[in-house]
Amino acid sequence: MTDATTDLATGPITTNDGRPLKEALAASLAVRRRRAFLLVAPLFLFILISFIIPIGQMLGKSIYNDGFSSHAPALAAWFDAHPAGSAIDESAYVALRDDLVAMKKDKTAGEAGTRINYDISGTRSLFTAAARGAEKMQPPYMDAFLKLDKKWGDPNVWRAMRSASSPFTMDFYLAANDLKRNEDGKIVSVGEGQAVYKKLMLRTLVLSLEITAICLLIGFPIAHLLATLPMRKAMLLMIFVLLPFWTSLLVRTTAWMVLLQQQGVLNDLMVWLGIIGDDGRVQMIYNQMGTIIAMTHILLPFTILPLYSVMKTIPPSYVRAARSLGATSWTAFRRVYVPQTLPGVGAGGLLVFILAMGYYITPALVGGADGQMISNLIAFHMQKSLNWSLAAALAAQLLAVVLIFFWIYDRLVGIDKMKLG
Amino acid sequence: MTATTTDEGFVVFDHVQKSYDGETLVVKDLNLSIAKGEFLTMLGPSGSGKTTCLMMLAGFETATNGRILLDGTNINELPPHKRGIGMVFQNYALFPHMTVAENLSFPLEVRGMGKSEREAKVMRALDMVQMGKFAHRRPAQMSGGQQQRVALARALVFDPALVLMDEPLGALDKQLREHMQFEIKHLHDSLGLTVVYVTHDQGEALTMSDRVAVFNDGRIQQLAPPDELYERPKNSFVAQFIGENNKLPGIVEELDGEKCLVRLATGEIIDATPVNIRHKGQETLVSIRPERVEFKPEMMPPGAHMIDAEVLEVIYMGDIFRTRMKVAGSTDFVMKSRNTIGQTKLHPGQHVKIGWHPADARALDPM
Repeated sequence: MTDATTDLATGPITTNDGRPLKEALAASLAVRRRRAFLLVAPLFLFILISFIIPIGQMLGKSIYNDGFSSHAPALAAWFDAHPAGSAIDESAYVALRDDLVAMKKDKTAGEAGTRINYDISGTRSLFTAAARGAEKMQPPYMDAFLKLDKKWGDPNVWRAMRSASSPFTMDFYLAANDLKRNEDGKIVSVGEGQAVYKKLMLRTLVLSLEITAICLLIGFPIAHLLATLPMRKAMLLMIFVLLPFWTSLLVRTTAWMVLLQQQGVLNDLMVWLGIIGDDGRVQMIYNQMGTIIAMTHILLPFTILPLYSVMKTIPPSYVRAARSLGATSWTAFRRVYVPQTLPGVGAGGLLVFILAMGYYITPALVGGADGQMISNLIAFHMQKSLNWSLAAALAAQLLAVVLIFFWIYDRLVGIDKMKLG
Repeated sequence: MTATTTDEGFVVFDHVQKSYDGETLVVKDLNLSIAKGEFLTMLGPSGSGKTTCLMMLAGFETATNGRILLDGTNINELPPHKRGIGMVFQNYALFPHMTVAENLSFPLEVRGMGKSEREAKVMRALDMVQMGKFAHRRPAQMSGGQQQRVALARALVFDPALVLMDEPLGALDKQLREHMQFEIKHLHDSLGLTVVYVTHDQGEALTMSDRVAVFNDGRIQQLAPPDELYERPKNSFVAQFIGENNKLPGIVEELDGEKCLVRLATGEIIDATPVNIRHKGQETLVSIRPERVEFKPEMMPPGAHMIDAEVLEVIYMGDIFRTRMKVAGSTDFVMKSRNTIGQTKLHPGQHVKIGWHPADARALDPM
């Protein structure tokens, strides 16, 4: 902001002291811009460190896994020199032995075995056992290995090792779509009994859409009531709407268990009223119905609030105008009121849909076997099977589906029309 | 066009009462008859019940008691969409998700009119308000005045016999408002519409209406043509509400049919015309229009009483001089005199004698 000395501006407009106008403007705004940046810098750093970097790393795991490749350099070199389809000869077993000897020394045989185990189950012990005996093996190693375990001659094992010898792989995405590579390296679908992920992804999608639709159906009248009631009553109603927010998710979910289970309050009531017999108690929880009921309850405020904020801005004179122009109350509602609530419907619906797609605790607690969603499986791979790469691939696919819906919404409605509050 | 409470008017309010809470009446015993082709304005301060009356007529509020008749039939129980009344709202209420043409087409569509007939009618209505080339705009892309024209066209497109307007020009600036007043009046004349117009702007009421109903406290205070309302207000409220007005409190000294003498608080005697004075010795509020006050003796009728006034302030307003004076102890007495050639110029501090024609000083109830 200091020098206004020699260089006469070449631009068409300059300040009184000869500086280009744009430069002067930038300089005068620089302090304000710097201050604004400093204000948001903590949040930016927080998001970067706690969200973007970990998510990026996690998603990176879906295509990058060096559990095997980093511990088997000799085999990796052999696979490089011999393209797929070449015969597995003695030189390959020499490389295998070298790597296993090194693994034994570094105690990494388990890790490498785990990676192969993702592709062919039951192979982890193959590696740990072979590593223990590798040092004492005598050539020819091919025979030695086959004597140790017949599986060492299995072309599937060798194909899995070839694929794992490079840390970059699409195998986890194949697995996430119920696909695998066969002996020839062709992509085929896994057997009928093992295909779970696509079915589960589809179920997650259908359940989420159902929950979104129910939330909108229930939420619309409540939001309308909230927007039109007198202030005092509206505030009371608002507290009821927000009450679930102030209660722990776990408490609410367990409350549904108490209410809905076969020996629960609702069934007792229906038996007492004689609607159903004591032997005809309805299974309302630990199945899809339980997931739908509990999640609708939990996600309802997310539809009501955006709808309410939109409806609050629609003056009653629109419907009145429609009525005075000769429309019945139904026509006025359908053709004048509803179109104006669409930004709220879109926002509420999208919000609930996205939240429902990734919901985990509630389906885990009340979903039973057929109420599970894809996130439960992601959690299973994160915590139980420890196949983080597959979990990451599933999560990335989930993210992609959500983004696709977001894109469709943007094309149909326009994201700028969305109104969250 | 006199106010008769029979079933003969086109629109009749027959002993209508309205309460929202069951404790207070917002509209107290309203009787009003509106002739076909009449432009009637409901004028009053906010909360006076005028908008409630309009809403009852439109069907958005129900009368708590009494009948509302439209063309001889009781419409108390008739839902708004069956009344066939056009309505213009204060905030225009144009549907934001429809184009201008779709907005105008809406009332025709719900009446099941064919497409070609609809289009012809829409274009005719739009041309009527000179908005033909805006047919495919959305309301948000137009100025307030343009939106108001479209709202007007929409209220007229289905040929309603009765049009209600709820402060339709309230959101426009002064110049545009005056222009639209003229246009609405012109449409009223050329289409032979019956218009019920609600406003709190007395200037608007005076310039547009055939008759004005002045509302206050849930009652019609006076129902009269504009000139009568301005020149012969029936009570203090009307005198205060319509136009500028000087008020002088006093006691009726003499009462003689068409004339009376009023003694002011400071002892002076002035001439006045008794309006709602019943007996001698009654307290009264004398109301005089500023432009009817004279300070030149030759302009006054013979025998008229004159009182002392001290000039406090003279404001030059172009066409007139506005002179604030101290009269009978009150310091907000205003006189307006025309800016003509040879007009005597007054100065602050000057003492003059002022007076008026007895017919212009109206002795009213003391409020």
